[in-house]
Order: sequence, then structure tokens, then C-alpha cells
Amino acid sequence: MLKDITLGQYIPGNSVVHRLDPRTKILLMIAYIVAVFIVKRIEMFIPVILFTVLITVLSKVPANYLLKALKPMRLLLPLMFVMNLFLIKTGKPLVDWWIIRIYADGLTNAVFVVLRLATLVCGTSLLTLTTTPIALTDGLEKLLSPLKIIKFPAHELAMMMTIALRFIPTLIEEADKITKAQLARGADFESGNVFKRAKSMLPILIPLFVNSFRRADELAMAMESRCYHGGEGRTRMRVLKFHTGDLAAVIVFAVFIAAVALAQRFLPAVKFF
Amino acid sequence: MPIIIENLTHTYMPGSITQFTALHDINLTVEDGEFFGIIGHTGSGKSTLIQQLNGLIQPTSGRVIVDGFDMNEKKQRAAGRKLVGMVFQYPDYQLFDSTVYDDICFGLKNLKLPEEEIRTRAYEAMELVGLDTKQDAEKSPFELSGGKKRRAALAGIIAMRPKYLVMDEPMAGLDPRGRREVMETVEGLRAELGCSVIMVSHSMEDVARSAERIAVLNNGRVYAVGTPTEIFSRTAELASIGLDTPATAQLVEKLRSMGCKIPDGLYTNEKFEKWLKEVLHNA
Repeated sequence: MLKDITLGQYIPGNSVVHRLDPRTKILLMIAYIVAVFIVKRIEMFIPVILFTVLITVLSKVPANYLLKALKPMRLLLPLMFVMNLFLIKTGKPLVDWWIIRIYADGLTNAVFVVLRLATLVCGTSLLTLTTTPIALTDGLEKLLSPLKIIKFPAHELAMMMTIALRFIPTLIEEADKITKAQLARGADFESGNVFKRAKSMLPILIPLFVNSFRRADELAMAMESRCYHGGEGRTRMRVLKFHTGDLAAVIVFAVFIAAVALAQRFLPAVKFF
Repeated sequence: MPIIIENLTHTYMPGSITQFTALHDINLTVEDGEFFGIIGHTGSGKSTLIQQLNGLIQPTSGRVIVDGFDMNEKKQRAAGRKLVGMVFQYPDYQLFDSTVYDDICFGLKNLKLPEEEIRTRAYEAMELVGLDTKQDAEKSPFELSGGKKRRAALAGIIAMRPKYLVMDEPMAGLDPRGRREVMETVEGLRAELGCSVIMVSHSMEDVARSAERIAVLNNGRVYAVGTPTEIFSRTAELASIGLDTPATAQLVEKLRSMGCKIPDGLYTNEKFEKWLKEVLHNA
């Protein structure tokens, strides 16, 4: 049951997008978010969606993985749609039947909000789908390192993230074994009310915590015995380097954002109603 | 009634890219009161197999029948599980309560036994595994030594009085003295309680000492089943699948190839020593 959880949904590949420097990808993701928020009119989502599809095709990530990223939003999206649809009461009335009153602004707003959220989630999930967690933390560390001047612990933060990611599968496996050991002693995790069930988790949580603390201790010792003393003067096995591809990606993004902004500024707005 | 494993196949994550068949068409029977050893290389499917014995995981196809209870049926599984006690490789996976005594009682409470019965059984189990019923009982299980932790975990299982005691690598990570102690405890338990013992190990010496029958697993299939004498006479074959026979069995093999006449079945130090003494005495 616990083994079904997938974390860090990285899809291995060697596409143009996969090969980009993680720093470029993190920055471009921020640029993408900015682009989505620049959009003020529904029709302007057409270029944004086309652009997202283009990156997806380039990255060779199966399209259903992007849709999977939307799955956690399956309650939020319809809710936001319905709220906007019924609560905005300006513009031309479209439907007036029984107690249901829908206005033009309500409908456009509902579609707008859903599109904005969906493109945001799909676009940003492309980052984690095409970048290994390790590369991601490496990139983050590099990007945050200028903040070291104001004593921001960039290296420590990245190291903690790396360690946490590394031990997630270990912990899942261990939780599975502990669960089995307690099941074999007749433990019952499924019956009773919420409180009773929460209490029945104790025989799993206590060994899990005790083992984690012990492991943390051992890991600290192992790191120290290999002379780990923080980020100072530390060299890397994989040195991050910008390539021409990164430059090209930045240019493509800049052109895209400029085009969206300009089109929105100078093209006449489409009248829907 | 025995444990019967019929045409058991187990596939992890069927249908996904990481699909992996750990067990192929296993057929085994463990008789009442038998000491049954299961040996095999890492990844041969030993752990997957024994988890099936008390229904912690269910087979992809085939079935396990414990004393007539079909472990594939949810209702019968609960009854079957009570008969099979499972001791995991590391005691850290099961010890959790504030004292050793409370921890041993966990399984008994789950059986919903009366208070009085719980107390008697818990103390009895502690005595059987050689834990001090006064000092050790009130200690936190986390401050015990490695060997004692293992005993405490074992006590938590045998207090439930299983008919079959399944042990997954009970000697892993213990020093020679700890191994001998665990082994003696298990043998004592078997004599005292008359339960079957199913022991998984990759150490031949441990299994050779007391197993009556041994199953050799290789790549998820039963490679051979037989008495230790039968199994350990196949040194070359076992070596080809990455398993060692006990050092004594190898020595006997070597002496034979040099022309010595040595009877069958001398695969442990004790047995070989006894034979050697007799030979020297008669000479």
C-alpha cells in the first residue's frame, strides 16, 4: 500500500529539455509563472497553452503525466469554476432560470481562473518531470548561493533536501516492514473510530522514529568521518555548466513572453458576449 | 495438520514497468513439529515466501494452506495467522512499547485474552527465551543489548503460542556467541512447545545444526528439497548457484576426493568430531 506512493515524479529521458541546466529550468519556470500571470484576457491563453504543448512535445514526456499532475486539483478546479460562475453578478445576464442566474462576467471569469490554474500546474510540473531531484537541489543551491553574503544557509538547505529525498524510499520500505511485523502480532489498523485508529498507529510510528533518529546519528557520523564540514571549499563531481541550449531556451522564452505582452497590449480584445 | 504451499507464484507490481516475479510455482509442505530450513542467495525469494505463510502478502496465483485455513480467504486468513508466529530479521521493526513486558503483551492483548492469562503467558515467554522476569521486564526495549532485543522480540511472538514459528534470518548481525544463544533458545523452544520452526538463513552452518529438512531457493524457484545429508552432499551444485556448504561438509568432500572413506551425513562440527574420535579410538 505504501509502495504505491510515487515521489519526485521524474521521467528519465535525454531530450532537449532534460539536458538543460537545472538553474536555467528553475529560472524559466519562474518566467513561465510570470507569463501566466501577465495574461489578463481569456484568448491570450491560446498562445500559453500552445507554448506549453510545444515544451511537452520537446521534452518527450507522455501527455498523460501532465494530466496526472492535475489530479490533486480535481476537487479545487470544479469548485473554483462553480464559485466564479455563480457569485459574480456583473455583465450581461446569460441564464435566468429558477434560482440559477449566470452573468457574462461570471462565465468568463470562471473559465479564466480554471485555465490559469491548470496551465500553471501543468507547466511547472514539467520542471520536476524532466529534472532529477538531485539536479534540482544542485541548481537551487547554486541559485541561492549569492544570498550567502547575508548568511543565508544555501548549501545546508540543499544538503538537507538531498538527504530528505534520499531517505524517502528507505522510510517507506521500513514503514512497510514495521507494519507487517505488527500485523503478524495481530495488530488491527482498520477498525474503530478515528481516535482508536490514530492510537493503533503508535506501534508503527515509534519504531519508525526511533530507527530514523538512530539512522540520522549514524549518517552524521559517516559524513563527519569523511571530513564533511559544510559547503566551504567543497568541489562537485557534476559541475553545472551553461550550454548554448540554455541560451537558446532563454531567448525563446523571452520572445514568447514579449509576444504575449505585446499582443495583449496592442491587439483588440475579443468580445465573447 | 501441515502448512501446504501449492503452485505459489508471486509477482511484485504486476503490469508496471518494474514488474518482478519473485517466486515461480513453489510447492512445499512443512510438517507438524518439523525444523524446516530455507536457504538461498540474497534475492532468491526467501523473504517473499515466508511472508506468504501468515498472509502478510497474498500470492499472485496459487495458495497457502495453514492447518486447513486457506490464506487467500480473508476470514480464514485471520484464523491461520494466529497459528503462524513471525519473527522478523531486526527486532527494531517490532519493539515499541515503554517496557519489555508491555511490548510482549502487545500481541496477547490483540488476541483479547483475559488479564490473568496475559500475565502468565508473558512471564512464561520471558523465561523461555532467557530474559530476567524482574530486571529486564521493566526496562525500555530500546536500552537492551542487541542479543536481548532479539530475545524480547522473540518472546513477543512465542507468548502468542504459535504452532509454527517462522524466523527470517534470526542470526543476522549477531556475533558467534549471540548466534549460538539464539539457536539454543530456538531448539529449546521447539523441545518445550513442540512447535514447528521454519528458519530462513543464508548461513549454512546455522541451518545445518538443527534443520531436519532444507529447501534451497534459487531465483524464485525451489532448487532442491531434502535432508541436510542429501543437500550438503551436493557441494559443487550449491556452489554453482552461489551458496556455500558448511565448512565441515567441504572438508569431508575434500578428504573423500583424496581417497578417505567417510560415511554420509557428517556436515556439522559436532558430528564430524564424534566420528573422528571414534575412528582415532579404534585405530
